[in-house]
Amino acid sequence: MLTPSTTPHPPDLSPRQVHISVRELTMAYDDFMVQKDMDFDVLRGEIFIIMGASGCGKSTLLRHLIGLKPPVTGEVFFDGQNLWKLPPKERQSMLLKMGILYQSGALWSSMTLAENIALPLTAHTPLSAKEIADLVSLKLALVGLSGFESFYPAEISGGMQKRAALARALALDPEILLFDEPSAGLDPISARRLDRLIVHLSESLGITAVIVTHDLASLLDIGTNSVFLDTETKTIIAKGPPDMLLRTSTHPTVKEFLTRGQSKRTATSAREASR
Amino acid sequence: MQQPRVDILFEHAPSARVLIGGAWRIGENCPRAEATINQLQALHGLEIVRLETQDLMHWDSLLLTYIRALSQFCDAQQMTLDTRGLPEGIQGLLMLAAAVPERQDASRQKNPDDWLSVLGRHTLWLIKDIGLLADFIGEAILGLFRLLGGQSQMRWSDFWRLVEACGPHALPIITLISTLVGMILAFVGAVQLKLFGAQIFIADLVGLGMAREMGAMMTAILMAGRTGSAFAAEIGSMTVNDEIDALKTSGFSPMDFLVMPRILAMLVTIPLLCLYADIWGMIGGALVAAGLFDISASEYLIQIQTRLRLIDFEVGIGKSAVFGILVATAGCLRGLLCQRNASSVGLATTSAVVTGIVYIVISDALMTLLVTALNLYKR
Ligand SMILES: Nc1ncnc2c1ncn2[C@@H]1O[C@H](COP(=O)(O)OP(=O)(O)O)[C@@H](O)[C@H]1O
Ligand SMILES: [Mg+2]
Repeated sequence: MLTPSTTPHPPDLSPRQVHISVRELTMAYDDFMVQKDMDFDVLRGEIFIIMGASGCGKSTLLRHLIGLKPPVTGEVFFDGQNLWKLPPKERQSMLLKMGILYQSGALWSSMTLAENIALPLTAHTPLSAKEIADLVSLKLALVGLSGFESFYPAEISGGMQKRAALARALALDPEILLFDEPSAGLDPISARRLDRLIVHLSESLGITAVIVTHDLASLLDIGTNSVFLDTETKTIIAKGPPDMLLRTSTHPTVKEFLTRGQSKRTATSAREASR
Repeated sequence: MQQPRVDILFEHAPSARVLIGGAWRIGENCPRAEATINQLQALHGLEIVRLETQDLMHWDSLLLTYIRALSQFCDAQQMTLDTRGLPEGIQGLLMLAAAVPERQDASRQKNPDDWLSVLGRHTLWLIKDIGLLADFIGEAILGLFRLLGGQSQMRWSDFWRLVEACGPHALPIITLISTLVGMILAFVGAVQLKLFGAQIFIADLVGLGMAREMGAMMTAILMAGRTGSAFAAEIGSMTVNDEIDALKTSGFSPMDFLVMPRILAMLVTIPLLCLYADIWGMIGGALVAAGLFDISASEYLIQIQTRLRLIDFEVGIGKSAVFGILVATAGCLRGLLCQRNASSVGLATTSAVVTGIVYIVISDALMTLLVTALNLYKR
């Protein structure tokens, strides 16, 4: 059982502590290979971007990180513990330290927003109904949805659904937040607000954020580190802070991706805009 | 409006001019590429085909497909196709269409299906499917043990909501169908029995038929259509929307949280519905007997009371419980196996009803054999 408090894990002071490591990970659906030999580390408190073209396997990688799909070969470590070698009980409690924002939001459509956020709390904490209601209203307030407790997911806009899903992901005070294309389907302003919210939460709660995205403005803006998955070679072809990749990467695919296949001039102005 | 037309001029040996004119639009009677290709094939020593326009007024995609067909023909015959005589718009679109070469593996080829391979594939699929269902029922039984041991995450509020959806809401349709089935049984039987002046045995026929077989069967089929399909659609759309993944990553087992309350709700309601259907079926039989064959309601009732015993009802109700488990499991399983797109929810729903009904009939045959072998109806 977890006992949530407002800050169960204070921001880590040694910035070089590795939080998630992926080692020689190969992913496949039956005999269809998606990506192979993936190696990377995510440091505590980082905003880590997984980027790549559509269909390159970003969502699939996320499913491996959150314990929904076992790897073909290779390992995933959290805090040095091998996710897929743990006994199921311990793996489950490790996964509860992660909050996940799915591409579609994935709020439980038959429940109100309050029930959505309360469900993990009722199941995994010994809190009373009153305490849970307080926590629910706090989480909704954090994402700017105070007063929407009794709305059903279908009754609010797409941007609000994403934020409500973020509130649910925050329910158990996770150490890691994982996002699958948070800005997909949002207008630029809502997408921007969500980005800001992610940065804010990760800074003030010391959360490690892993974000799958191909929204250039957003990844150049908030990403502190990244990997680039390639569809052709089926492996990681670039690693590093996104803005550094934009400046220094010589790989044509990475360059084309980060500059939208445009000339050097527009690339520079995009960089300027993102500052 | 000028008719679309094509003229072929073959003036100097290696090159022919193809003059395209008129209004080339979908809906007009445009010349077909095959005709032009046939004409070109007849020309000896042809190496260069020049496309030109002459009074071309309108054109749309139809002209483009025509030119693409010519171009493919020229490629195959290793001739040169000269499109410089065409308007710029057409040239631009042709270049766009030719920019990315056709991917050989992209247009998936289907192997021609002979009946043997279709039969083989379906047999394998059926075996795999029965295996899946058996696994799933096994997991459900483990889930039941967790529930009995107080370890389950099932919420009783879900259970009660589902009981309401499965039970009371199904009463009107079950009343209608079982009354009619009772009437049909009575009518079909009575026409024969009347030949021997034995109309009173209508009561036996309807009573035994409803209690042992038809009550359970009709209820189960209705539940497959009404509730099994609803389970598949609910769970299927949750699968499509990643809600199932969200449950798993929030530490909930879909088996405990979604499947158990549905199976239990079905298991609790279907025997009651079956009994209810039995009674209405007998009432339906009584209506026909009284209305058409001069048997009074009290005669009918007395005849049923002397003929039917508890075991007849018990067998029917027992069967209905088995049907209920199969229908609920098929619905939940199809929903969970749903692919991640919207049309697959429809497929999951259809498949839940079809497999539900197939399993009802198969298991009914087996259970009827079993009951006969055990000689349960012995007096
Ligand atoms: N359930 C599945 N079964 C088989 N193939 C899949 C499945 N899900 C995704 N794929 C394939 O795996 C590849 C990567 O998919 P995905 O991880 O969703 O890509 P991304 O999120 O980067 O757009 C795609 O080619 C896709 O067709
Ligand atoms: Mg994706």
